[in-house]
Amino acid sequence: MLQKIYDWVDERLDITPLWRDVADHEVPEHVNPAHHFSAFVYCFGGLTFFITVIQILSGMFLTMYYVPDIVNAWESVYYLQNEVAFGVIVRGMHHWGASLVIVMMFLHTLRVFFQGAYKKPRELNWVVGVLIFFVMLGLGFTGYLLPWDMKALFATKVGIEIAMTIPVVGPIAKTFLAGGEIIGAQTLTRFFAIHVFFLPAALLGLMGAHFLMIRKQGISGPL
Amino acid sequence: MSKEDISRRQFLNYTLTGVGGFMAAGMLMPMVRFALDPILKEGTDQELVAVTSTEEIANEPKRFDFKIKQKDGWYESDVTQSAWVYKAKNGDIIALSPICKHLGCTVDWNTDPSHPNQFFCPCHLGRYTKDGTNVKGTAPLAPLDVYDSQVKDGKLYLGKAKPRKGA
Repeated sequence: MLQKIYDWVDERLDITPLWRDVADHEVPEHVNPAHHFSAFVYCFGGLTFFITVIQILSGMFLTMYYVPDIVNAWESVYYLQNEVAFGVIVRGMHHWGASLVIVMMFLHTLRVFFQGAYKKPRELNWVVGVLIFFVMLGLGFTGYLLPWDMKALFATKVGIEIAMTIPVVGPIAKTFLAGGEIIGAQTLTRFFAIHVFFLPAALLGLMGAHFLMIRKQGISGPL
Repeated sequence: MSKEDISRRQFLNYTLTGVGGFMAAGMLMPMVRFALDPILKEGTDQELVAVTSTEEIANEPKRFDFKIKQKDGWYESDVTQSAWVYKAKNGDIIALSPICKHLGCTVDWNTDPSHPNQFFCPCHLGRYTKDGTNVKGTAPLAPLDVYDSQVKDGKLYLGKAKPRKGA
């Protein structure tokens, strides 16, 4: 049945080369943990991506209940966590996944760094990777405010004070991030927009570039 | 190995698809159940609220507004509801919901000059007789909902509006 549907589409649109191009590539021996167990270090990039997918999915589902409003934000989070079936699991996935993504990304960066995999001709991919790192930190920072509890509020106050210490543009950065004089209603909506639209869009673009480059250049050789 | 045996490649394909499917299901199941929760939540029961003194109720349907406490997720508020209330010939008090059974507009009593003494919905010219039965040939396909009602100490109490069988 599935095969027939696939064949029907393939006959018309010739989709096989499209996915073959993505899926069919050789995994060199030095990257295969079946040959050298130590090759498990090559998993961290993929794991970062896997957790990112979980973050995007669980985040999409969380927005079904969450409202970015100072009156209702905390109540809606309390409601989705305690009154909605599996709410504690879906929010838990997003909460713990956020930390895990940083851990995996850090391990991936360490591997690339210590193997010298960033060297010519892969310098650009390192640069894109660092940009992804900053976007992830931005996602963590903006997401932290959204539950609108005491921890969120004061962490964001501190974070914005740090931005304030940038020479020259500090005060502008502060007002821009807070959306006004105080950390309040406008900060919350702003952080929500950044968290669910702007940074994820940037992230997807950067990840696309990251993957394109590694496919084009191939994985770096054995040590 | 006979020809019917599955190949090594196929065995690995099945195993990987199975394990991968199991993991994906474990990941997606909580999220899907989370999203479907409103469907599976049980409806809330509504307490009877005092609407009016029975002396106010006449043979002609009259509109009464009353407030109920509504819990909408994390948001609790008082909302105003209306009922068309009258005394039937046998003395029973009838309280009808003003929500048209066609598409949910609000019906009014006796506002269509060509069809007096009927409930009338202006949206698609739906009509109901005094007891709330939908007039055949007009838009609505069911009679107006009837409120759960109770008379206590000379006061009318109303609860939830319940649907009735079609005419």
